[in-house]
Amino acid sequence: MRQFLAVLLAGLLFGAGLALSGMTDPGRVIAFLDVTGDWDPTLMFVMGGAIAVFAPGWLLLRKRYGHGLFGCALPDLSSGPVSKRLLVGSALFGIGWGIGGVCPGPGLANLSLLRPEAIAFVAAMALGMLLVQRLFRLR
Amino acid sequence: MPLEVAPFLATTIPPAWLYGLAGGCLIGLGSLLALAATGKVPGISGVFARILRPLAGDVGWRVVFLLGLIAGAGLMFLSNAHAAQYRIPEGRSLAIYVIAGLLVGFGTRLGGGCTSGHGICGSGAGARDSMVATAVFMATGILTVLLWNLTVGGGS
Repeated sequence: MRQFLAVLLAGLLFGAGLALSGMTDPGRVIAFLDVTGDWDPTLMFVMGGAIAVFAPGWLLLRKRYGHGLFGCALPDLSSGPVSKRLLVGSALFGIGWGIGGVCPGPGLANLSLLRPEAIAFVAAMALGMLLVQRLFRLR
Repeated sequence: MPLEVAPFLATTIPPAWLYGLAGGCLIGLGSLLALAATGKVPGISGVFARILRPLAGDVGWRVVFLLGLIAGAGLMFLSNAHAAQYRIPEGRSLAIYVIAGLLVGFGTRLGGGCTSGHGICGSGAGARDSMVATAVFMATGILTVLLWNLTVGGGS
């Protein structure tokens, strides 16, 4: 129960942060990727702010405590190999991101408004994921 | 919000950037809390994908986390005038969102993460593979927008 409450709070913070950042507007994400146009650097500040909080927190958890809340073990965040799958997958993700201006978090955040665009995006995203899991027999 | 706390910054840095920074900090905090509470990497694409193909005992927190994300965004849209400006707009064809969604779903699953999993968690922990993934999706995103503007035409 306490774990679910903590996760709920984490989700609320994440979603509120996304909406506050302005990155829930695909136009602003595309304006960040459009480096030759009227460039909007906001996304850099969003990622910078997120890493500025996450990175020291992660170090503290790992070096100082060695475990998470409620006694759970910490995940392995060390680097795996840079595989062909990682490269091709990330490249395809970037193409979709550039076309729509939406990545998974903002797509879900926009579901809160029940906009058809968000519903179409998230449904298609689910299909794309299922396709990979089918083709490559991923977990 | 942040602007009243930092009037000096607000006069020297465009407010939209500061909102981005503040929102980013919340995203980082939410990621950190979810990770600490579950012992899992809370990248959004991975959290979502493993709801689609669930493992016993590893579904509940994912659903709660994403419902929290959706509710948190909704509450912020309703309560904050700045956030309210930046929702998905009407006007572009739904087909664009379907094609984009397919590529994003396929790509993040194959590549093992998205802007949050690779971009924030992995890169924030100094993982080389995540940094490479982030550089790759940024690069293809930039190229895609460039090509889109050159062919389909700007503005749409």
